Amino acid sequence: MANRWRNTLTTADVTPEAMFLNRRQVMAGAAAMGLGLTAAPLRAATGLEPNSYEDITSYNNYYEFGTGKEDPARNAGQLTTDPWTIKIDGLVEKPGDYVLSDLIPQMTTEERIYRFRCVEAWSMVVPWNGFELADLLDLVGVKPEAQYVAFETLYRPEEMPGTRFPVLDWPYREGLRLDEARHPLTLLATGIYGKPMPNQNGAPIRLVVPWKYGFKYIKSITRITLTDKQPKTSWNMANAREYGFYSNVNPQVDHPRWSQATERRIGGGLFARREPTLMFNGYDEVASLYEAMDLRKNF
Amino acid sequence: MIQQINSRVRQIPNWALYLLGAVPVVWLYVQGFQNALGPDPVDAIEHRLGLWALWLLIAGLCISPIQRNTPLRLLKLRRPIGVLAFMYVLVHFLTWLVLDVQIPSQIWADIVKRPYVTVGMVAMLLLLPLALTSNDWSIRKLGSKWRQLHWLVYPAVILAAIHMILQAKGFQLEPMIYLVVVLVLVGVRRTPLYLRR
Repeated sequence: MANRWRNTLTTADVTPEAMFLNRRQVMAGAAAMGLGLTAAPLRAATGLEPNSYEDITSYNNYYEFGTGKEDPARNAGQLTTDPWTIKIDGLVEKPGDYVLSDLIPQMTTEERIYRFRCVEAWSMVVPWNGFELADLLDLVGVKPEAQYVAFETLYRPEEMPGTRFPVLDWPYREGLRLDEARHPLTLLATGIYGKPMPNQNGAPIRLVVPWKYGFKYIKSITRITLTDKQPKTSWNMANAREYGFYSNVNPQVDHPRWSQATERRIGGGLFARREPTLMFNGYDEVASLYEAMDLRKNF
Repeated sequence: MIQQINSRVRQIPNWALYLLGAVPVVWLYVQGFQNALGPDPVDAIEHRLGLWALWLLIAGLCISPIQRNTPLRLLKLRRPIGVLAFMYVLVHFLTWLVLDVQIPSQIWADIVKRPYVTVGMVAMLLLLPLALTSNDWSIRKLGSKWRQLHWLVYPAVILAAIHMILQAKGFQLEPMIYLVVVLVLVGVRRTPLYLRR
């Protein structure tokens, strides 16, 4: 596929000091890219050091299983993820209930190491396994009038103890503009570290949009709807002043309750220094999607 | 039975209570240093200390109603509980300041701009003079003013509970329950039944 995303980010994008220290690595990575060796492990090219599997699977926000960070790992074990179907409807050529196990072999699954920035001002680096959402959209055929993609998480109270209280208006909902959904960075992830997606991380399939805050990465997707209207999204419904539809990572637009200028990298221990947050979480290639927009208003 | 509890409580030296109260805080930091608090130790320490401080404040508010309505004599525990509550609040605040926010210019901006931080700060500042005057010398020195001053504990605990609600994301039950408990404990002090005794 011609438009496949290539990682051009280096350690230097994370901390300027690292660029100085790891210049040789960066050069080697750049050389590999220049030669078109995209099959080479992305890890070497990115220079991003992923968080441990343990960190990624024990520190989660998945309110359907409780509001504590350790609740999802504790409570999500009972979730049934097989069989799994995704209802794809709305403005598509081939609507229907798609069985995930039939769908996955038709997709190109690959590893993507992305920075992950939570709206709560912490961050991780996650090695996702997944396929581009664009490929799925091509498979089902998007009608020309479609402008947005809406997503829904499974709502099954008997397996999701957190949904017994209306922390949010269940089921969890998210949405993207169609061009955002089609961007080659946007993934539907089915695994982490080459292993199947753990329940607490949104098994069996979740969205990954690395230039947006983590709550946009809707988990355990059961429905994808193509629409011509901007879909309702859960956190925006709960508190529109704090959570916008776009929710692009933006160090210049603070959350009303905390600054977004810096972030704490998870896994650094008790004395981890705050690091500056990067515009679009460092994924500058998406800037053109928002050229004519005031990102202070459309936060 | 009650007699036994009362005499046991009377026998506990205050220093033992302070020592006991310090154990969880020290233990929490030891675990933090050992990386045994999960992937985000700063968040874990901050939240647990805040929660425990609120528990202690609520426990402190329970003492006087128990004294008035039951034969239990726990009044002697009130001062250690109150002083420990303030120590927990202080360590909670310092953890936020030093390990979480880190950037001095940011700290002041947060205190002024973010309502949940502002409310928490006010609660802590209200508790400060109470902690400083929680000793026999101050009680003697201040006389009737001591009671007036320590009335500040009521707004302080209410603000602490509001601080917890304001920092929560979404509509959460637990912080609401704490606020209700605090309001009941403060409200009960204005009921005729309570005032008569």
